[in-house]
Amino acid sequence: MINITIEDRNGERNTIEIPTDMNLSLMEILKASNYNILATCGGMALCATCHVQVLEGEDNLPSPNDAELDMLDTLPNATFESRLACQIRISDEMEGAAFKILGEEQ
Amino acid sequence: MITTDICIIGAGPVGLFAVFEAGLLKMRCHLIDYLPQVGGQLSEIYPQKPIYDIPGYPTVKAQELVDNLMDQIAPFHPTFSLGERVESLDRQEDGSFIVKTNEDTSVACKVVVIAGGLGCFEPRKPEIEGLEKYEGKGVAYMVKNPELFRDRKVVLAGGGDSALDWTIFLANLAKEVTLVHRGETFRGAPDSAEKVFDLAKAGKINLILKSNITSISGNGHLKEVSILGKDKNTFNLEADHLIPLFGLTPKLGPIAEWGLNIDKAAISVNTEDYSTNVEGIYAIGDINTYPGKLKLILCGFHEAALMAQSAFRYVYPDQKLSFKYTTVNGVNAF
Repeated sequence: MINITIEDRNGERNTIEIPTDMNLSLMEILKASNYNILATCGGMALCATCHVQVLEGEDNLPSPNDAELDMLDTLPNATFESRLACQIRISDEMEGAAFKILGEEQ
Repeated sequence: MITTDICIIGAGPVGLFAVFEAGLLKMRCHLIDYLPQVGGQLSEIYPQKPIYDIPGYPTVKAQELVDNLMDQIAPFHPTFSLGERVESLDRQEDGSFIVKTNEDTSVACKVVVIAGGLGCFEPRKPEIEGLEKYEGKGVAYMVKNPELFRDRKVVLAGGGDSALDWTIFLANLAKEVTLVHRGETFRGAPDSAEKVFDLAKAGKINLILKSNITSISGNGHLKEVSILGKDKNTFNLEADHLIPLFGLTPKLGPIAEWGLNIDKAAISVNTEDYSTNVEGIYAIGDINTYPGKLKLILCGFHEAALMAQSAFRYVYPDQKLSFKYTTVNGVNAF
């Protein structure tokens, strides 16, 4: 188990404890934790509704692949720390990471 | 006017399999899809990728599954309107529906089955004050006819491939071309990015980096865009046209206006038969939602089977439905 911090769209921060041995993506964790994200495409890097900004721990994340980079390139509100939560696999190295939810609500 | 029993919106794997389940019960289907070919995401996005969770196929390529589904439903002679987007739905006095597309195709049907997957991919709109007010009055999200921009002042926004490509193309056509990008580098095709930097150096275009368009204004037609620059100061730029190019995002589109219960961009259904809150309209596959929903092709297949049984009882309330195995009864073509 690791702890990560999530900041919702209202700026409220919560630390959640999550398993690292279930091959889950950050998007799946956010959905399971009842955060309001659409995740329309279900993890195919097609919709960007699971767009997050990495606030802490960016260096410990796996690098984005081309599909993710292409999608991030098109987003009007992308930042230099932007990622798609569906493309981030939860791993032990992510202990202490913090993410802010940016994806559109509808 | 096309007349059929069931109009299926979406010709992805689940929409296609719904034809089979309906066909077993002697109901005819017409399918409409915005994409120019059948298969939905499978054919459009990952035709050569393997799928591992179709029962009976340890692995199957996406396009192969679509081809097999087309073979499987061939006995039931479905008809298709491809490359057309559903625009409206009208309920008739007798309870049946007329579905119309953007190409003026009309489909008269007794049942509508929405198998729209992710929905229609529409241009993603940035948050710019006044943007929607000027849609069609200077603001366009795609370039349909480049001639419109000849000798005009055009501002493009975005950092992806299409923003780069259209900037290059319009540089030779428009009176003035400005590209506004929030970053200072482009990850798109390196050739295109280099060309854009060269055009800017040569004074052929204005390249405004690390900046965002915050609002637009005009007098009936777009006249000016306000840009928040990298120095955090806002300045205005004259513009006849603004083309925000921020990729495509899946949306429900006109379906969202049909009075259906929508939950997080998906259609709520009753898991007994995958009916919606509107009688005669069903939703199956990735576009629906219910407690425990999994967006899996195999779940969509199951939903199609239950939907067809319910649709039969709706279309033929006086007929007795006897459940038959294909192994016993075969597949009886129309």
